[in-house]
Amino acid sequence: MRHYFSKKNRALVAELVRTDFKLRYQGSVLGYAWSLLRPLFLFVILYVVFVRFIKLGTDVPHYPIYLLLGVVLWNFFNEMTVQSLGSIVGRGDLIRKIRIPRWIIVLSSSISALINLFLNLIVVTVFLFINHVDLLRTTLWLPLILLEIYVFALGLSLFLSAAFVKFRDVNYIWEVILQAGFYLTPILYPLTKITNVTFQKLIILNPMAQSIQDARYATITHSDKVITAHRLFQGGWFEYIPFALVALVLLMGVTYFKRQSEYFAENI
Amino acid sequence: MEDFAIKVENVSKEFRLPHERNSSIKSAVVNFYKQKKGYEIQKALKDVSFEVKKGEFFGIVGRNGSGKSTLLKLLAGIYVPTKGQVHVRGSLTPFIELGVGFNAELTGRENIFLNGALLGFSRKDMHKMYKDIVDFAELERFMDQKLKNYSSGMQVRLAFSIAIRAQSDILLLDEVLAVGDAAFQQKCFNYFEDLKQLGKTVVFVSHDMVAIKRFCTKAIYIKDGSLIHSGSPSEISDIYTEENIDRSTDGNSEGALSKANQIAIKIKEQSQDNVKIEIGYKSKNKDPMYIGISILKDGISVAEISTLGKHKIVGNGRIFYNLNTDMLNGGIYQIGGGLFRLNNKELVAATSKRQEFAVKGSDPSKGAALRLPEAWEA
Repeated sequence: MRHYFSKKNRALVAELVRTDFKLRYQGSVLGYAWSLLRPLFLFVILYVVFVRFIKLGTDVPHYPIYLLLGVVLWNFFNEMTVQSLGSIVGRGDLIRKIRIPRWIIVLSSSISALINLFLNLIVVTVFLFINHVDLLRTTLWLPLILLEIYVFALGLSLFLSAAFVKFRDVNYIWEVILQAGFYLTPILYPLTKITNVTFQKLIILNPMAQSIQDARYATITHSDKVITAHRLFQGGWFEYIPFALVALVLLMGVTYFKRQSEYFAENI
Repeated sequence: MEDFAIKVENVSKEFRLPHERNSSIKSAVVNFYKQKKGYEIQKALKDVSFEVKKGEFFGIVGRNGSGKSTLLKLLAGIYVPTKGQVHVRGSLTPFIELGVGFNAELTGRENIFLNGALLGFSRKDMHKMYKDIVDFAELERFMDQKLKNYSSGMQVRLAFSIAIRAQSDILLLDEVLAVGDAAFQQKCFNYFEDLKQLGKTVVFVSHDMVAIKRFCTKAIYIKDGSLIHSGSPSEISDIYTEENIDRSTDGNSEGALSKANQIAIKIKEQSQDNVKIEIGYKSKNKDPMYIGISILKDGISVAEISTLGKHKIVGNGRIFYNLNTDMLNGGIYQIGGGLFRLNNKELVAATSKRQEFAVKGSDPSKGAALRLPEAWEA
């Protein structure tokens, strides 16, 4: 296990991430500032559309922040899986000519997404203070919730990036699934808008819905308008299904990636 | 006591070549239902076995598409063999080409650090080596420019300077000499000499028989995926040259090098300071021609001269050139020649075998081909 995090591998991941960041904002005047400006503008748009115009979630305290946190977490999931999906094929020149652990490429693109997430969370934190959201003790859980999302996205990333080498339709299929997932996850609307409890339960089994709701509960408000898996299943073992799904996806992703990675060089 | 560095046992490698672009799920499903294999098996290597001993400079020779590069990728661990096993003892350079991972949008400096990380160096290591790398590449002024503004020669120099920092026991080199100018090739050769001195194991793939003969201690010849022969570099070089001459004369192609025109070179006589070169030529049509010869050292052309504007070459005949060897430093030289059509300067025949001659002298104060006079002024 230790050799996975050897000095060599860490240096390589760091260098690949650094390159990624340098290239991302190349030629733009504001450069890195865009990493902060993007969530900022997103917040403004969400605020105007969903708070001023549509007036969703008026019964949820601090709804604008609640909205922003959900969107930021989803965007992270979206960005990480999409970038990782193309990472192996995109680095085909490396894979065909040099022996480096293949998973490092997926890992480095996931870390780029992770760094972006933290920049986004800085903006969220700023708005938390501006809106006078009281700090909750449960905020300490947030890192674990983020870890859950990361592990879920990593499992999917490993699977998708390996599958993409063989089947170039994977990116289109994944795009559709992400679209569906975005609307099937209570990101823009509060889960209370869905009145059918069975549907509520089905929706919250999705690890993304569960983790986003938990993150909102943990950091923003304990209001009973925030439906979490724990509240919905009232402590039954059903509430652990999302975690089991995360573990399953990771296992599947790692296994498939390991089996396929030997043939990346010839299949790309 | 086994002392191998690399041991290749009965290695075969097969590739699946899809009939058409098969990398979509639809065609995979369709083929599955039709019970049709959407691919063809291509055997790139067939049951190859050999051993590279520690400290050997090991040459792999073969024509394009013979499986050399596949073999090298198997050694490097980039491919996994279909059958058989590759054992490696000691650390091995992970790359088979120079400048892997170079990004045109990054500056020279950034590329050095990225490439270094790919070779397994930490940022700290790279900071220590940075100056040496830049000095060796002679590119100080360009380090903050994007790589896309570099000439290809500059890129190769930079890549080479980083690559030689790799501290492994076994090095894999694929046709590095095919690029770069004469001065750069000389640097490569010097580096090879250093490697030999240090007792590193080197696996070297090349078309250049001169380089193979000069550096390798052992070589193998690969043809159509099979190991044809394994032996001393000169043996291998002879076999390779012979087979490839056969190839060029067998096919009665209509190409530029047709049989209608022929040229051959012989060393007629050699004295203390003169080599008399005899050039015989045959040309079936009556087009006016001219002959060019070139003198090579270490595979690099050091002088060229032609009959252009001096002598008329028509039909069959022979002509001599007296080379004054006083101008040359000691070493082994080679002569090659070509027959060209006068009106369009098209090459219509070339010598199939270069002739060698030696120039005596081992003055340690002088190097390369041209003998410079003692024009020092203190």
